[in-house]
Amino acid sequence: MLAAVFAAAYYVAFGVLAAGLGYRIWEYARVPAPLKIPTTPAPTTTGGVALRLLREVVLFESLFKANKWIWLFGWLFHAALVLSLLRHLRYVTQPVWEWVTAVQPFGVYAGFAMLAGLLGLWARRIWVPRIRYISAPSDHLMLALLVGIAASGLGMKYLAPTDIVAVKAFFRGLVSFDWQPLPADPLLLVHLGLVALLMIVFPYSKLLHAPGLFFSPTRNQADNPRERRHLAHWARALESGRG
Amino acid sequence: MDRVTDTEIADPLAIPELAPGCMAASKPYPAAANHQTALGFPGELATDWHDMAIAKIGELREKYRSFRVYLDACVKCGACTDKCHYFLGTGDPKNMPVARQDLLRQVYRRHFTLAGKYLPWLVGAKDLTPEVLDDWYSYFHQCSQCRRCSVFCPYGIDTAEISMAGREIMDSIGKGQKYSNEILGKVMKIGNNLGLPKKALAATLSDLEDEVEEATGVRVEFPLDRKGVEVLLVSPSADYFAEPHIAGLIGYAKVFHQAGISWTISSHATEAANFGMFIGSYDVMRKVALRIREAALDLGVKRLVIGECGHAWRAAYSFLDTLAGPFDFLDRRHPVPQHICEFTYEQMQAGKLRFDKSKNDHVRLTFHDSCNVARGSRMGDRPGGQFDIPRAILRAACNHFFDMAPETIKESTLCCGGGGGLLTDELMAVRKAGAQPRMRALRQVAEDHGVTHMAAMCAICKAQFSSVLPHYGFDREAIVSVHQMVSNAIVLDGAKPPTDDAAGDEA
Repeated sequence: MLAAVFAAAYYVAFGVLAAGLGYRIWEYARVPAPLKIPTTPAPTTTGGVALRLLREVVLFESLFKANKWIWLFGWLFHAALVLSLLRHLRYVTQPVWEWVTAVQPFGVYAGFAMLAGLLGLWARRIWVPRIRYISAPSDHLMLALLVGIAASGLGMKYLAPTDIVAVKAFFRGLVSFDWQPLPADPLLLVHLGLVALLMIVFPYSKLLHAPGLFFSPTRNQADNPRERRHLAHWARALESGRG
Repeated sequence: MDRVTDTEIADPLAIPELAPGCMAASKPYPAAANHQTALGFPGELATDWHDMAIAKIGELREKYRSFRVYLDACVKCGACTDKCHYFLGTGDPKNMPVARQDLLRQVYRRHFTLAGKYLPWLVGAKDLTPEVLDDWYSYFHQCSQCRRCSVFCPYGIDTAEISMAGREIMDSIGKGQKYSNEILGKVMKIGNNLGLPKKALAATLSDLEDEVEEATGVRVEFPLDRKGVEVLLVSPSADYFAEPHIAGLIGYAKVFHQAGISWTISSHATEAANFGMFIGSYDVMRKVALRIREAALDLGVKRLVIGECGHAWRAAYSFLDTLAGPFDFLDRRHPVPQHICEFTYEQMQAGKLRFDKSKNDHVRLTFHDSCNVARGSRMGDRPGGQFDIPRAILRAACNHFFDMAPETIKESTLCCGGGGGLLTDELMAVRKAGAQPRMRALRQVAEDHGVTHMAAMCAICKAQFSSVLPHYGFDREAIVSVHQMVSNAIVLDGAKPPTDDAAGDEA
């Protein structure tokens, strides 16, 4: 019964995440940017733009210029999140890919780094008056959700280990539609429940900042308006009958 | 507010205490019905304004990717919260870029997102009430669309895009701003923002020819509507009207004269400024831009040069080809359009211009990067040319040049406080407050390097600083045009030997 509920939850969560995110990306791609608005100085070539986006994604370049504390906590959280996700690949790959084995120890530290980053961001949200002013309940809950995921994960590593072989069998089973039982450990259920919730919330929340960056005209446009004419489809319609 | 008597030099970027609501009462005068209808907007607030506004939001999210992505992507990280000069100057939290965006985002979430529809309290979604509309009117007119926040946002969210959209929505329901919409009416009807008719313009230009001849002994022409010349110059109309703008115009004319390149001003497009940008209307902006195309075609020129104006340069450099292009009838060996600073720099590189720097020795100069030039455009071939080229010109024309603090110039430059359609008397309180960070940075170089003057290449910057400099203990004439410095120092062939009082009398 438990396994069935969680299996269903994960199918739904995955479906919502994939379809929701796909829909958003389609929406962003479909709506034109009618004017050239890169924040200058901006790269003048497509290659330069790709490099700018890469620096934003990997290094959080603009955020670094803005505020070193937010950058530190934010970057720490995201880098740690990536490492944790990579570590978790061992639950769905068989045999476990070599490089996934190699990142395992870093993945554990990443759990702590993730928590530290999140708590740092949360502390600022609570104690810096400017950031408190702009925070809605959902902004706190999103942090709570992520802290819950990180803490329950670390809890299973250090306090109340679960049967990870069985967990792996459960997830492998999900992938191959060969459903397996799930251990009934409370921390595991909290961890998995929160992750499913995160996946469902993703396409409907500010977590859209992830795809949003790639569609941000101030960042993804090349600075070449004098070299190449830029015209949106709806603006082209205005041109008929012009002198 | 800063006083002359401050013994300690204040940090230009010092973060103020939050003062909620302190600027809520700052509102521009509403546009009169005839100003509204001339632009195709309802004359007064429509009875079903709420539904019209929501429909307009729906329309904009189908037309502008920036609008849609920026309303979705913000994570409220706080990176932008201390980046707006109006926040730094007032402490009103609704002048923090994210909070300004949230005024629109709260309504967007209420009507266009799942969470906002069913759990508004959770995500800070709100209905568009008369009070929210009031906030829009106040705070979307406390944004100069300078894009400083967009430099620092990890997703590049540009509050200018949101405040432009906010103004477009308000125009579309009949709640327009008098200053911008009245001026747009003038430019469409007469050809320039000041409503300067052709006859007055011709008289001004002829007076300038006499004035320059008297000062230099050289007849430098200021041609109007001359067909078949090389260059059409489109400048902000303030260049024909007020100091220090006119001194800059004299500088352009001397450069054209000395370079030996024929040029003209057009009475049809006597205006480089395009306030259609301020009100976020593609359609209005396009109509204003088309006047430049018409003038270029009519006069049969080969090149298009734009005078010193910040948002005008953005409208020209970034938008003109989109709005009024293609300009395949011009000589494409030159950039279209070209900034007057690019033109002057090109002539300098070609060895056509000589400067007597000592003519500016009474000036210890710094340079204010205008926001729209710095963050919304470029000069020259390389990114950052918009910073290097004007400085190269100023260094060539002046012996004493000092930059302000690095965190207040170039891409991090601070708005003058009067841009984006705020250069109107009823907004003087927010204009003064918004100028505070720049004024503090100027105070620093005045103390450290004895700086006496600040050059700018934007009509709005020049007008704004002329108004607010005295408030911060500076001479109102401490603001000068970039080409005013050029004008002072340029050596004209055949000029009469300088007399004692002629040196630098334009600074």
